[in-house]
Amino acid sequence: MIDIEACASIGDALRAAFQTHGDRLCLIEADRDRENARLTFQELRAAVAPLAAWLQERDCRRAAILMTNQWRWHAAAAAVFAIGAELVPLDPKLAPDEHAALLAHSGADTLFVEWPFWRDRAFDGTVVVTEAPAKADVRHATRFEGARGTEAPAFVARTRDDPACIVYSSGTGGRAKGCVLTHGNYLEQLNALLKRHRFAVGDRYLSILPTNHAIDFMVGFLGPYACGATVVHLRSLRPEFIRAAFPKYRIAFMALVPMVLENLRTGLDETLAGLSWPKKKLLDLCLSIHRFCTRYEPSLPLARFLLRPIHKRFGGNLKTLFVGGAFTDPATLRRFYEFGIQVANGYGLTEAGTVVTLNDLRDYKPETVGKPLPGTEVCILEPNADGIGEVAVAGPTVMARYHDAPWLSQKTIVNGWLMTGDLGRLEPTGHLVLLGRRKNMIVTAGGKNVYPEDIEHAFDGLPVRELCVFAAHYLWSDKRTEELVLLVHANDDEFVADLRTRNLKLPNFKRVAGYVLWNKAFPRTASLKIKRPALAREVQEAGPDGVVAL
Amino acid sequence: MDSPAATTTKLLDLAAEHFGVDRAALRPTDDFFATLGIDSLQVLELLTKLEAHFSVELPDYELQGVTDFSTLAARIHDRLA
Repeated sequence: MIDIEACASIGDALRAAFQTHGDRLCLIEADRDRENARLTFQELRAAVAPLAAWLQERDCRRAAILMTNQWRWHAAAAAVFAIGAELVPLDPKLAPDEHAALLAHSGADTLFVEWPFWRDRAFDGTVVVTEAPAKADVRHATRFEGARGTEAPAFVARTRDDPACIVYSSGTGGRAKGCVLTHGNYLEQLNALLKRHRFAVGDRYLSILPTNHAIDFMVGFLGPYACGATVVHLRSLRPEFIRAAFPKYRIAFMALVPMVLENLRTGLDETLAGLSWPKKKLLDLCLSIHRFCTRYEPSLPLARFLLRPIHKRFGGNLKTLFVGGAFTDPATLRRFYEFGIQVANGYGLTEAGTVVTLNDLRDYKPETVGKPLPGTEVCILEPNADGIGEVAVAGPTVMARYHDAPWLSQKTIVNGWLMTGDLGRLEPTGHLVLLGRRKNMIVTAGGKNVYPEDIEHAFDGLPVRELCVFAAHYLWSDKRTEELVLLVHANDDEFVADLRTRNLKLPNFKRVAGYVLWNKAFPRTASLKIKRPALAREVQEAGPDGVVAL
Repeated sequence: MDSPAATTTKLLDLAAEHFGVDRAALRPTDDFFATLGIDSLQVLELLTKLEAHFSVELPDYELQGVTDFSTLAARIHDRLA
């Protein structure tokens, strides 16, 4: 592994990785059944150098990337960091006008863009387009293959305090905010994360979250490069190709969002439910032995031995799944723990680098989001009698500021503490329990605090596509304050009996008064969190007539 | 080869059949996420069906940002050309 503490910038760290890992395999890019690219660290460096020189000749200071996961994403980012420029990773899922707004706000002078996006977008600065068909009119853009400088690039040093990236966090609330993260923020985070989960040389990381997202940027780019591991990109995210990638590429690590983890669990449970009676009995016996032996800490070799068919389904080399970006159902985490598949769930936000807390599986508490990473401090502000208050974070990974928004920066970072807007409490063991967003909290007429996310978890597993809890008065002003309404995206109302049963098990003040059957997918952020204000506007417009009382 | 309009019509037929919705309710300019009430994983299901029908490969990345039937049909038509 490279010496991260000796690096002053991401450019330094990548240069050290290229030197240290030379002929080790760095990247694999696969598209369905074929492989598009396979590059060693040395080969990637050879591709990066002329691109960096080309950027330098054009005096690039800040470059945006609008691409899906592929090897050129990494090459472009490495070239940008090599010349000491700043990176603006953009979310490919946004609409053209949103991209235009972020490009203008960021002040980027260069754009790396895939051809499918470039078709209906415009940018006045330098443009490098990838994968444009031979006869396509790329307008003033330069094709990626042609972006090659004539001289060797001069490496430009940066300090840990210099900005490295402007990362736009759409959050769940609305307007995108540009988090200015320094080289120090990233290197400190990298160091802390690798103390908990280190990639071994040659480990394969399957990258399915978009690399513009803070999680994949850290564990699907910087982390593997620092350790000499290999990143596997899939150009197709269809479930059959993801499943096939596990054994084919001997995947050891993957980061995902809770919704994908839930899908994996459902698929696994369905397969196990279809086992014959003797096989089921044998599996139950193996699970019992495994449960007993791993009651204090997990053992991967034991799990792979006792529960071989389950592990084989994940390729047999899987070490850890990282999950974050939204709340993960503890029952799902417990299920994977039972299977001996290690799922490290955490809590993070772009403003704090990436990860604030991570469950470390020893002293495993799946109902929490784990303990703070080394060097990161978490405190609860103005806790109530139950110890619940706003979560604040301090440490070397907290962003420098919001780009071009001094008032917002001052409001968000107070005396070095990042106000997260999330509500939670700290267990005596130091584990953090998250309850929801402060702005989503509902205060009932009886003075009780209700967290919609908390109630939604009580309905996890209902046979519906999505659900979301709102306070009725938030949607329709003539409704009573304490009434809660469950918005359910489902094809039919077969869930109602189960909903009624579960609802009755909740304390009075947490029960939903009715539900609304919704036939559209909920708007979500890049990390698949529900955009509550946007959804609320839609429900509001539909009016209260659709509420079915429970 | 079919015209772009014929590709759009066929796409609407297939989408209605696959997701069990009323064909008459689908229009080319509709947002398919909203009209069909589907998520991004289900769109991939639809794409697999369309690939099989049109005998064409539709890479996921070609479809980033595409949300309406007519643009989707245009992408398919470009690939058929």
